[in-house]
Amino acid sequence: MENTNDLLIEKATELDYKYGFVTDIEQEFANKGLSEEIVRFISAKKEEPEWMLEWRLTAFRQWQRMEEPKWVNVTYPQIDFQDLIYYAAPKKKAKLNSLDEVDPEIRKTWDKLGISNMEQNKLANVAMDFVMDSESVFTSFKDELEKKGIIFCSISEAIKNYSELVKKYIGSVVPPRDNYYSALNSAVFSDGSFVYIPKGVRCPMELSTYFRINAENTGQFERTLIIADDDSFVSYLEGCTAPQRDENQLHAAVVELVAHDRAEIKYSTVQNWYPGDAEGKGGIYNFVTKRGICQGVKSKISWTQVETGSAITWKYPSCILKGDDSIGEFYSVAVTNNHQQADTGTKMIHIGKNTRSRIVSKGISAGKSQNSYRGLVQINKTADNAYNFSQCDSMLMGGDCGAHTFPYIEIKNNTGKVEHEATTSKIGEEQLFYCNQRGIGDEEAIHLIVNGFCKEVFKELPMEFAVEAQKLLEITLENSVG
Amino acid sequence: MLEVKNIHSQIEDKQILKGLSLTINKGEVHAIMGPNGTGKSTFASTLTGKDGYDITSGEILFEGNDLMELDPAERAHLGLFLAFQYPVEISGVSTTNFMKAAINEKRKANGLPPMEAKEFLALMKEKSELVELNKEFLTRSINEGFSGGEKKRNEIFQMAMLDPKLCILDETDSGLDIDALRIVANGVNKLRSADNAFLIITHYQRLLDYIVPDFVHIMYDGRIVKTGDKNLALELEEKGYDWIKESIKG
Repeated sequence: MENTNDLLIEKATELDYKYGFVTDIEQEFANKGLSEEIVRFISAKKEEPEWMLEWRLTAFRQWQRMEEPKWVNVTYPQIDFQDLIYYAAPKKKAKLNSLDEVDPEIRKTWDKLGISNMEQNKLANVAMDFVMDSESVFTSFKDELEKKGIIFCSISEAIKNYSELVKKYIGSVVPPRDNYYSALNSAVFSDGSFVYIPKGVRCPMELSTYFRINAENTGQFERTLIIADDDSFVSYLEGCTAPQRDENQLHAAVVELVAHDRAEIKYSTVQNWYPGDAEGKGGIYNFVTKRGICQGVKSKISWTQVETGSAITWKYPSCILKGDDSIGEFYSVAVTNNHQQADTGTKMIHIGKNTRSRIVSKGISAGKSQNSYRGLVQINKTADNAYNFSQCDSMLMGGDCGAHTFPYIEIKNNTGKVEHEATTSKIGEEQLFYCNQRGIGDEEAIHLIVNGFCKEVFKELPMEFAVEAQKLLEITLENSVG
Repeated sequence: MLEVKNIHSQIEDKQILKGLSLTINKGEVHAIMGPNGTGKSTFASTLTGKDGYDITSGEILFEGNDLMELDPAERAHLGLFLAFQYPVEISGVSTTNFMKAAINEKRKANGLPPMEAKEFLALMKEKSELVELNKEFLTRSINEGFSGGEKKRNEIFQMAMLDPKLCILDETDSGLDIDALRIVANGVNKLRSADNAFLIITHYQRLLDYIVPDFVHIMYDGRIVKTGDKNLALELEEKGYDWIKESIKG
């Protein structure tokens, strides 16, 4: 009998990506390449106020002076930023008021993505914004939310309609100059979601954005800004897919969260961008800056992410714990198969007193993939009695993949307390045989073991998302065992 | 039920089983005793189809099926069960979920729909009482943080849940204190029926005080060298394994 682990690797190359289709829709593109003109073009397309254009141009000039970072534990060929298209949008652009007005091709796309039935979403209590390439296509339940004073719309709309709010907060958590990709995003971002929850309001439904890359040779640069005012609560979900293409595509998003006094933001991601084929050809470069600030006392920001897609994932959803007694959380499952690479983790920056953070990271590597956890816990001078707990577990399937952990800890206040636990395990033949002996076949056994491994993270996800995440994991690891 | 005909096996290039034969009929309890390293656990792994445990010659028939043609899960579906000497931990998977998967996979293999939740819960309750297993264990990650005794009890619980035809107990008594031993043995005795059979692998006679076997086999150097009734175990206990070694030489 052949060794199970050999079969594991062999079969891992039979991965199937079911979201790899292309929507045939008339689109509008900007010319290839990046210049001040392109930045002006995008801003003009979006009929933005003057300050926004200036902000973009400043970011663009900063970006020009910056260099691509090289410290990450992933390898990829040099990206030619002049060979990308920075704006693509479905052509039919009149404002949509009802679902019936949505382009039938886009509706077909929703069908295939399994998100078509807005009625179903209504039952599940989810309001949805759909962003294809550079444009937000449709936002549901806007009226219902408006009654409570909640703003949930595309960032382009927000820039026009809630200019002051956007102006006050955009770039306040992730300044354009923060890093190479945030500068790039700030210059050319096209769309994304904007959420504002007023004081004392508990958002009655999950807010959700579905990001979809469709066009070829385009970069997707979305920008999301969520503000939770005093004593408010919001749970926000994002899902992502892209067509199957031989070229690599760049996705460089920026997400900023602001939580005021006693406010709570729960941000969940199920990222399933096209990972490339079994030989490592194509796939999305997912270079994202996500950061939240717990501005107010007793505020809380919780990031939950399930990363199954992308050729390369490079992101660290982070929390700046500025308000006293604020809490930051990061729950992550990152799965890599075939030639995928992931370097992901979080930063917890403790500034306020009695701030607490919790990190639970689960990395699963199969095939020839590489999976790194990179995390920073920083306890500043002012952060009396800060506390962090980190747990980083890695699981290896087969002998050709790798798991790496890079925990960085900086403590400048000796009342701080930091606990770190890390484990690496291999889906062992012993575990598989134990399941087999009880009549559970290899495929089902892997699901059971992997889902068990990720349980702590899945339970943080809203119900429907947890089910989707489990399914995604199954698809990603499909046939990864003999 | 089980016919093992003159099997030989090797692991890497070491010969382990050297012409082992054994027949087990419905309703019988067989015990295999023998010193360390004589191939007892290898035999259990071979029967259940662990990776790397193949036979080089001979034949194993289980209810008329050629076992060596089947993968471990298929063998389990036919009604083969192994209570492990060292049950593994599976983090985040509760005994309840594990059993649900096992039962439904078996049902699927037999063309049956998944078991109704109500029926499943009733079964869990009934069987956990059989081995005096605290309900709390059913929701905890399987075997994680369990004591030796708890692990073994959990094995017998699983055995009860799956209602196998042939139950193999691989040194289930090792690491058990007298109370745990009694509970485990009681569980096994309650499961004994005219339709199933047991193969108990053990070093010591102790377990056989509680589970009385119909046949006792003594295994030495990869095969069965002596077969008798329960008195053989007592004799062995008294005279020690050297007696066997001597009698083979003689």
